[in-house]
Amino acid sequence: MKSIRSFCFALTIAMASFTLGACGSMELKPWVSPYERNNLADPIMSFNRDPVSSAYLHHVYQAREGARGAEGGSGGGCGCN
Amino acid sequence: MVAVAVTRFKVTAVIRLITLVALVVFAMLNSHAAILPEDRADIMYHSYDGGGVKVDGPSVLVRKAYKDKISVWANYYVDMISSASIDVVSTASAYSEERTETSLGVDYLHGKTFFGLSFTNSDEDDYASDTVNFGISQDFFGDLSTIGLSYGYGKDTVRRNGDDVFVEKVHKQNFGVSFSQVITKSLLVNLTYNGITDEGFLNNPYRSVRYADPLSAIGYAFEAERYPETRTSSAAAIRGVYYLPYRAALKLEYRHFSDTWGIVANNGELAYTHPLPGSLTMDVRYRYYTQSEADFYSDLFPRTQARNFLARDKELAAFTSNSFGVSLSYEFGLELMPFFTSGEINLSADYVSFDYANFRDITAAAPAGSEPFYEFNATVLRLFFSLRY
Repeated sequence: MKSIRSFCFALTIAMASFTLGACGSMELKPWVSPYERNNLADPIMSFNRDPVSSAYLHHVYQAREGARGAEGGSGGGCGCN
Repeated sequence: MVAVAVTRFKVTAVIRLITLVALVVFAMLNSHAAILPEDRADIMYHSYDGGGVKVDGPSVLVRKAYKDKISVWANYYVDMISSASIDVVSTASAYSEERTETSLGVDYLHGKTFFGLSFTNSDEDDYASDTVNFGISQDFFGDLSTIGLSYGYGKDTVRRNGDDVFVEKVHKQNFGVSFSQVITKSLLVNLTYNGITDEGFLNNPYRSVRYADPLSAIGYAFEAERYPETRTSSAAAIRGVYYLPYRAALKLEYRHFSDTWGIVANNGELAYTHPLPGSLTMDVRYRYYTQSEADFYSDLFPRTQARNFLARDKELAAFTSNSFGVSLSYEFGLELMPFFTSGEINLSADYVSFDYANFRDITAAAPAGSEPFYEFNATVLRLFFSLRY
């Protein structure tokens, strides 16, 4: 539990630093331009290409394992529950 | 002790939530446009077969957007279960039942912020569950970064077949935060955290534990299991996807889990996606999972009522599992058909092996406590058909 809390605290700090940086105080600028994102836009790069299908596999594991949560998706209501 | 831990967790979670909401609002000042998920209709047949358990059924998803602002979706899912698992054949008789799950959701894009709200109802003979989920996500920093927050609340009702008086409740809460970052033009990394709290009747009303009983001919007897009434868990995952020098993607994932019941779990997954000629795409994957047992788990308790809490569910035992999976999908155009634009057919097969470290197979003929450790294999199939419009 302690390691998880430390991880979350570090994650929060990292995101705060990043957001502040992104807003100009550290002059951190996006380093990948829109015209360089062909690879990233390819459907094979998706973490969750077919939500119904991957949600089922998560369900299979969750029913048989003690662990749960953090399976993927960013909380956008993707029907992955 | 547990109640204090849960309260502290809630306070910490609320503070964390407020901090992150502030960050999201701040991030909006420097944000770029997000888009709604694509319109699609999916139908899937799923099947699980392993350890004496067979589960299969359909899943149907329909999603439609309106004016690029609102996207509504509905999912209908069925599990048809016939079970003669090791738990069932040891202490009870085989059974079959059906579970249906219905979900409705709406996603809303306001300016540059993405909101999602969904409701899920799950229903079977002896278990009903209603869950509400809310999520918010935001792209910012030139669309290189995405932050997402989610909260879910669920209320379950537990019943026991053949006992009309038995009714118990479970309340569940789920806090989530996710952060994705484009590292290079070929590498995307995601961090996800989920804190989950459960309160109420958390054990299975049918399952039993076994304890050494010198008066029994077989050397042991059974009594009802008893779990704590609270459980709080944390799971954190990091996953990355990398576009290789040729057109293919490599995915790597690691997750760490721990909870107040003493279970610590780790799993890793490696997946490879490779497009083939003729609009075919192949995925291969390997997953390794390992967990320790719950503090109150024992395969054979020394006597009756040996502890305050008692469990012998194999899900709470120490075990490892290895999974191998392969998928093949075929994409096709539908230019000649009105309304639809494209479609996809996907067939997936996964093979999972479970090896238990302290859950014994009591169907084997051996003295109590010296039976072989249980192991089983399962096959998971998915046949998936999708239309985009």
